Amino acid sequence: MAEPLEVNYQELKHLVSERALKGETVLLNMGPQHPSTHGVLRLLLELDGEVIINCIPDIGFLHTGIEKNMESKRWEMAEVMTDRTDYLNNTGNNLAYCLALEKLTDLDVPPRAQAVRVILVELERISNHLVWLGTHALDLAAMSMFLYCFRERESILDIKEMCSGQRMMTTYFRPGGLWRDIPADFEIAVRRFIRMFPDRLKEYDALLKKNPIFLDRTRNIGKLAAEDAINLSLTGPVLRGSGIAYDVRKTQPYSGYEQYDFMVPTGTHGDVYDRYLVRMEEMRQSLHIIQQALDKLPYGPFRSNNRKYVPPPRSELGTSMEAVIHHFKLWTEGFTVPRGAVYQPVESPKGELGYFVESNGGNQPYRVHMRTPSFLNLQALPFMCKGHLVADLVGIIGSIDIVLGDCDR
Amino acid sequence: MSDDHLKLTLKTIKERFNLQDSELMKFPPGVEVSPGQIIQVCQVLRDEFSFNFLFELTSVDYWPEEHPRFHVIYGFYSHLNNVRIMLGVPLDGEHPSLPTLEGLYRGANWHERELWDMFGIYFEGHSDLRRILMPHDWEGHPLRKDYPLGYEEPQFTFNYDEIDKRKHHARYEEA
Repeated sequence: MAEPLEVNYQELKHLVSERALKGETVLLNMGPQHPSTHGVLRLLLELDGEVIINCIPDIGFLHTGIEKNMESKRWEMAEVMTDRTDYLNNTGNNLAYCLALEKLTDLDVPPRAQAVRVILVELERISNHLVWLGTHALDLAAMSMFLYCFRERESILDIKEMCSGQRMMTTYFRPGGLWRDIPADFEIAVRRFIRMFPDRLKEYDALLKKNPIFLDRTRNIGKLAAEDAINLSLTGPVLRGSGIAYDVRKTQPYSGYEQYDFMVPTGTHGDVYDRYLVRMEEMRQSLHIIQQALDKLPYGPFRSNNRKYVPPPRSELGTSMEAVIHHFKLWTEGFTVPRGAVYQPVESPKGELGYFVESNGGNQPYRVHMRTPSFLNLQALPFMCKGHLVADLVGIIGSIDIVLGDCDR
Repeated sequence: MSDDHLKLTLKTIKERFNLQDSELMKFPPGVEVSPGQIIQVCQVLRDEFSFNFLFELTSVDYWPEEHPRFHVIYGFYSHLNNVRIMLGVPLDGEHPSLPTLEGLYRGANWHERELWDMFGIYFEGHSDLRRILMPHDWEGHPLRKDYPLGYEEPQFTFNYDEIDKRKHHARYEEA
């Protein structure tokens, strides 16, 4: 039997340089329980003094087998698991899954549901960037940012709670629309937030943008050229920081993003500071999108009328036999999805989040694969941190913006 | 413009390599490629049709079918023309292996490690083919369809060998 603690060093030998084998450089283990690795990420560092020669990420500590689990759940139940991958972007994960399913089944989504989806996803983007900003600044020793960011995030969580009853794992988007209509005071709450937030963004910029300590620790750190970024399959603010204006909301619009006017910010140097600037601007653009979506929020149904996939409203159950049958079928065996496979990308706050969904015609997904941005963006970490100091490494990890739940699935 | 580019790409690679459309892929359009051709097809896609971005690399297991058992799916995107294309590669169940794509797209590295970890698909020439998500001493490949979802007896040090005899699912095999 295999000894649980036995590590085969021969297997890892090719990962470090020859100097490490002679004892000229030091191998240092960082994580998996290190506060600045944003979760359970383990890094094996090869150091020459304080300079990083090589960095080997070790992931999988948060692997929970979500893809395997989804294969044994019915389509509508499997959606609940998508929330749990990227726990800072729950509605975004739901959206990608629902869009993939809607594409497979040709299910229509009413305009009101689409607009509400856009509003919530953009709020979620701001909330994700706030967590990123708070923890990133905290890593670079700006303690107060963390408290301010979480204060603002709280009001977004309140809006989510108002809609769905849950602060984080909402599962509010369902195939064909929404779980229920938005409450009456939703619009007031969102408008209050977008009135308050631009001033707060100015405060953050005042704290960080020209702060000499912050500039010293972020400028010319973790540089990545555009070609390398593309070759490494990077997406999201990391790619845009390197100067490629790639945003799925623009290149392949979904949920009616084509009707909104917004900008895709890009950086020029591809360093940590540029990624900071890109994300700050993205928050402003998100506010802009929310404003437009709220201004023309259409009235109408909040979910599709296709009873094969979407349950009938409660009020019909007392009067319509057909509604009772549909309700019964949906709650006992679920719906079936025609045979086929789709890949549906959405722009999550961290990058391109894609769901590859395959159906064999049954009521359970045959295969779900999540192309998660954290997983692929983390791959670039060794290329970014070579030659930098250990202290800069925490800044670089923060600038990639990883969530290990998203990375390990 | 992008539609034309996609049509031209599909037409060219289908004629040059004698390929068929994938029946299953609804979006983006997919093409079936045999394992021996995959590197050449990718080379043509990258160099002649500017598909410079590998956005997806995954696999589907069709157990108990054996010939082919796996379907490896590659997804390519062109930043220049804004088009997506998918390639499906059928693989047999016994010692599935493919040449690595690392030389063309460095981003394939972790994708291929994930496929090795989850499906046991071996990538020849890969620089660092270790398990990525599961622990390094894990046995079996969890996303294979013959791998049980749960209800396994937990193996402790004192009863490891005893339970190990009863376990015969998707064992670790040297591909």
